[in-house]
Amino acid sequence: MKPAIVYRNVKKNYGTVKAVNGISLSIPQGEFFGLLGPNGAGKSTMINMLGGLANPSSGKISVMGRDVQKEYQEARHLVGIVPQELVFDPFFNVREMLRFQAGYFGKSRENDRWVDEVIDRLDLRDKANTNMRALSGGMKRRALIAQALVHRPPVIVLDEPTAGVDVELRQKLWSFIKELNKEGHTIVLTTHYLEEAEALCNSVAMLRLGKIVALDTTRNLLKKFSTKNLMLRLNFMAKKSLPQSVKNFSYVESDGAYIFQLKNITDIAEITEALKKSKIEIIDMQTLDTDLENVFLKLTGAK
Amino acid sequence: MVTLKTQIIGTWTLLKKELLRFWRVAFQTVAAPVITGILYLLIFSHVLDSRLEVYEGVPYSAFLIPGLIMMSLLQNAFSNSSSSLIQAKVMGNIVFLLLTPLSYLQLFFAFLAASIARGIFVGVCIYLIAIIYIDLPIEHPWFLFLFALLGGGLMGAFGIIAGVWCERFDQMAAFGNFVIMPLSMLSGVFYSIHSLPVAWQGISQLNPFFYMIDGFRFGFFGKSDVSPYFSLGVVALFFIVLSFITIRMLKSGFKLRN
Ligand SMILES: Nc1ncnc2c1ncn2[C@@H]1O[C@H](COP(=O)(O)OP(=O)(O)O)[C@@H](O)[C@H]1O
Ligand SMILES: [Mg+2]
Repeated sequence: MKPAIVYRNVKKNYGTVKAVNGISLSIPQGEFFGLLGPNGAGKSTMINMLGGLANPSSGKISVMGRDVQKEYQEARHLVGIVPQELVFDPFFNVREMLRFQAGYFGKSRENDRWVDEVIDRLDLRDKANTNMRALSGGMKRRALIAQALVHRPPVIVLDEPTAGVDVELRQKLWSFIKELNKEGHTIVLTTHYLEEAEALCNSVAMLRLGKIVALDTTRNLLKKFSTKNLMLRLNFMAKKSLPQSVKNFSYVESDGAYIFQLKNITDIAEITEALKKSKIEIIDMQTLDTDLENVFLKLTGAK
Repeated sequence: MVTLKTQIIGTWTLLKKELLRFWRVAFQTVAAPVITGILYLLIFSHVLDSRLEVYEGVPYSAFLIPGLIMMSLLQNAFSNSSSSLIQAKVMGNIVFLLLTPLSYLQLFFAFLAASIARGIFVGVCIYLIAIIYIDLPIEHPWFLFLFALLGGGLMGAFGIIAGVWCERFDQMAAFGNFVIMPLSMLSGVFYSIHSLPVAWQGISQLNPFFYMIDGFRFGFFGKSDVSPYFSLGVVALFFIVLSFITIRMLKSGFKLRN
């Protein structure tokens, strides 16, 4: 099976800015893929080149085996892109917009039923005849997503789909996008909300300054970087007589709370044994999980 | 996936959208230019009718109408493609077009056809109002049709170039005020160039608008300042050159896919 999306050594320069600086990436069909990175990392530029909104300075990109420049017509049929900016055409209402959009892809009136289904699934039915200008931000976002779906593309790319939407809508959009993935669509999502990637994506690529700094399944990435932490609250004895074997672990201390960085789960036993021998009482004990956020901070060096 | 049928539907959809776009605001896009044209006609013909006769046996008010129709046609054809593109760029909704499989040729044809349609529609409105009170012969309808089509196409293409090129509304306004307006005013709408000093006659003959208006006028009266075939050749040449530039521009993605 052909990969859904392939980037081969892709670069994009804006003047002296290397927005995308040599990216190679292959995303299999059916994947729920996350493109993570701080602002300015090059996520949108990657998406824009995929959809033909910007031409790469060098390298090749394909969708389901179709080159986005040489076979741009086929490639664009295969992908639906939801842009990051909340753009809209102020002359038309939601249903008109969606029908026009489908028409550009050569869909005839038979497709109107699908357009109505998209409207329903995105809860836009009440607003279907409302001018785009008069929609709230959240509704505009839904309409934007609907627009990317009208031609039934197998690959769906969403550029920060939940930026600036309220919690309720975010949950709705999450479950909608999950559904699309279950139905067999390949999903690519860019985000800087890590909980979003952690909750949704099977795999993630982390971007920084136009380069991929990590590429793995979400689970592996978490495992690789999950230096679990052990937090111990110890009695006053600890300050004077913490045994050397415990001091060998890297830790930080503040106010009687010690946070140890564990390499191994067995480290816990070793530390508690040593403390017991030295008659240092453990008042409280807690393990702290690393989430994608920590991994992200480590990898991207973002603040 | 991509067939002749999908291509035709795609092009037709964009054309339909472009037509609806100006039709929805017909007050600004049709009524306003028609009223302007009629006002010119009323004022100039009232002031000059008794004093001027450009062609023998043709009253000045009748002489004026073809030029006014053509001028409005040209300005509105330009306005349609250029304002559609600049608005879409400033609003950002141009991305919806750029994300589609529409080819540069499809974009070209749809924008061009919509421009011609609006130009001709405005022209026809002015004509219909004018002939209520002024007699106007039509000697050569085919010339009228060809000049309207080529003139509208030429200006539609020019509008696409301006729309792609400009990034802000004020740049577009400058385009209108410093290029389109002078060219259309100095084109012989209000006079025959034979009434100008020799030097100005020469300069007028460098203006493509002059040939569009002179040829169009020939369609009505069978009289013109220069040979209508020559004018037709000039207009066709300009149309082909501008279309070629427009297509090259759209194909390269200049200012659109960056
Ligand atoms: N059209 C453009 N012109 C000039 N620079 C751009 C343009 N688009 C993006 N950039 C620059 O490219 C870099 C990557 O931007 P972008 O892809 O939007 O990042 P992200 O989506 O990850 O926030 C940034 O430094 C940005 O300023
Ligand atoms: Mg972005």
